[in-house]
Amino acid sequence: MTRVLMEGSEAMAKAAIAAGCRFFSGYPMTPFTETLEYFGKHLPDVGGVSINAESELEAIGMAWGALATGARAATGSTGQGLALMQESLSEITRAELPLVYFNMARGQGDYYQATRGGGHGDYRNIVLAPIDVNEAVELTQLAFYLADLWRNPVQIYGDYLLAHTNETVEISTMEFPPLPPKDWAVDGSLGGTGKSRNINPIGMSKLKHEIEPEAFWRRLHVKHKEIEQAEARYEEEFLEGAEMLVVAFGTVARFVRYVVREMRSEGIAVGYIRPITLWPFPYEAISNAAQNTQKVAVLEQNGGQMIDDVRLAVLGSAPVVALGGFSSDEAGFGIGPIHGTDNIRDRIEHGLAGQEVMP
Amino acid sequence: MTQIKSRGTVNIATERCKGCELCIPVCKPEVLRMSTNRNKLGMRYPELLPGCTGCTACLLMCPDFCFEVYRYQEPILHEVDV
Amino acid sequence: MSSGSDILQTDAPPSQPAEKLCAFKPDLLLSEDHHLCPGCGEPIAVRMMLEAIKELECSRRAVGVIGIGCYTALTGIIDTDLVQALHGRAPSVATGTKRMLPNGLVYTLQGDGDMVNEGLQEVIHSAARGENITCILLNNGVFGETGGHMTASTVVGQRTKNTIDGRDAKEHGQPILISEMLAQLSGTAYVARCGVFNASQTVHTKRILRKAFQTQLDGKGFSFVEILTMCPTGWFVPVPEGPDYLENVLGSVHKLGELKCE
Ligand SMILES: Cc1ncc(C[n+]2csc(CCOP(=O)(O)OP(=O)(O)O)c2C)c(N)n1
Ligand code: SF4
Ligand code: SF4
Ligand code: SF4
Ligand SMILES: [Mg+2]
Repeated sequence: MTRVLMEGSEAMAKAAIAAGCRFFSGYPMTPFTETLEYFGKHLPDVGGVSINAESELEAIGMAWGALATGARAATGSTGQGLALMQESLSEITRAELPLVYFNMARGQGDYYQATRGGGHGDYRNIVLAPIDVNEAVELTQLAFYLADLWRNPVQIYGDYLLAHTNETVEISTMEFPPLPPKDWAVDGSLGGTGKSRNINPIGMSKLKHEIEPEAFWRRLHVKHKEIEQAEARYEEEFLEGAEMLVVAFGTVARFVRYVVREMRSEGIAVGYIRPITLWPFPYEAISNAAQNTQKVAVLEQNGGQMIDDVRLAVLGSAPVVALGGFSSDEAGFGIGPIHGTDNIRDRIEHGLAGQEVMP
Repeated sequence: MTQIKSRGTVNIATERCKGCELCIPVCKPEVLRMSTNRNKLGMRYPELLPGCTGCTACLLMCPDFCFEVYRYQEPILHEVDV
Repeated sequence: MSSGSDILQTDAPPSQPAEKLCAFKPDLLLSEDHHLCPGCGEPIAVRMMLEAIKELECSRRAVGVIGIGCYTALTGIIDTDLVQALHGRAPSVATGTKRMLPNGLVYTLQGDGDMVNEGLQEVIHSAARGENITCILLNNGVFGETGGHMTASTVVGQRTKNTIDGRDAKEHGQPILISEMLAQLSGTAYVARCGVFNASQTVHTKRILRKAFQTQLDGKGFSFVEILTMCPTGWFVPVPEGPDYLENVLGSVHKLGELKCE
């Protein structure tokens, strides 16, 4: 296998196909469009189906229908398009279908949307936030595995920078532990046997007219608690002796990690921790790290969203300061000075000096 | 006294009848009529008089699946007062 | 020989030799019990649909994608594989299912509120793509499930909870005639409207459903069946008057017929 230079969008789509994704439906929107284009071009090569849906509402519906047959299927968009998909996202979660969806966001202002969602009911989606294209290739494949393992939607949270950065990558199918058969999937074959299937988000099964909302929600809740226990992922560096810990995610974290390494090499006592899963959030890791530091800084490209989760993790054991803020190009695609080491270093130095940074 | 022939008959699940009366007007020989008694749901239900042809119209119109339709091998004759 | 104008015994199968022509329920229904209203047309239409699937020997390859309306309650007893969709979204879901299951007989079951209101773009786009699925509309001209509110297919003059004095074209606009609309699209292969207001029309409904399913089985593209169904509850008419109201009030605007057959 040779390493090839590839744009993030293409690499993720290619990784998805390597992971067995055979259905994709989407509607163009910057910076997600190139992912859609790659699927359109290359899914037919492997006998898959890619549909140019007429809207995001329809795109996610199509993916839903494909998932119901047991196929690995995906969709995606950007904040606005995902906003349109929220009703389906929560119901697909309740129907326990293994959707993977790409969120190529316009910056990090959609952290709440990703981790809380705007859908109805008590639902949770796993959210993986790659730092760079190479990690995106791995996390995309992991996403399909986790979706099947937990029968729960998984989001890949990237942005313009991730989607449009070229990196050398090697994409081959990754090995994961075996998964249970999808005996719940519809293929029509059980019709007339009295055991036909019903893929249903309202907890209602055949010959049972009463919906049992309470028991249904409780069961889903237990599953989500198990995911919280099992799947929190993070990366940490230089926690030892760190006076201040900087928490960052996604592509912004790439700059933070670089600057923290640089500052450490100069003897400045900063540490770094990066949630790889935004949900489940690595509360425990951050909580533990906060015990041995004087303050915790949050550097995110928004007005302060992930900081809520960090505060919940730290629970008052150290002060939490916001170093992040809005940073964008004129078009609003979320590329700004924050994607630069000088800007990041300046923010971290403010933090060390005990000054908050205005978003 | 006259004779009426039933070429068919129906088995009616009167207990789940919701009394909608949709079966009544579609019965061409007019051998269905609503009861005066009521079932456990509190509804009147259809009763069969002699002369059923086994046409299945009642079954086709019943939203509650209350009819089963049979055709006799030999028509049944009924003596009725005119 | 029985005597008199006696009411005949009908609480059991006949004791004399007889052939059973038709059972209480179609084979693809798990139970006769459901909670839809007295005089509702939807179970009648669903019976015809399930019989058509069985007659075409497609019981073991049919997948239904169900919308949200009163008919949703029947998902508990329909014995084909099912996917429950969101309100309005069934045609897209069916698209994904059919693309991954090309040998399946994929149908949607939706109401006028579901299809013509909430999800109008879904059915139009699926039809325009010539998606090889069969969409079945149960059109009663109201949101039955919410208690009888106006839909985009409610006819002018029809009383609903939010058009108490009847739909007024000046205030509420004109109804959408969805079959006519879809028949114009080159992606549709079969479009027909029928109704279950009497026995012969009910039998005809099954014939139309069979044709629509056959269109799909032959790979000809999008097939569409609009079935007018009674909703006495949502129309605020006496239950026994449902069929006449359907034929004369809804049927005079949503006219029966085969609009397209390729
Ligand atoms: C997004 C959304 N909006 C509203 C509803 C509430 N709702 C449930 S059924 C229904 C109308 C159903 O009408 P129709 O499809 O015509 O079916 P009918 O009840 O007449 O059989 C509505 C508005 C819903 N379930 N989801
Ligand atoms: S089978 Fe026909 S004739 Fe007999 S009761 Fe039913 S509708 Fe009447
Ligand atoms: S159509 Fe069925 S439910 Fe209605 S009155 Fe006749 S038997 Fe009863
Ligand atoms: S409200 Fe109308 S559509 Fe709904 S069950 Fe009652 S009669 Fe049928
Ligand atoms: Mg309706």
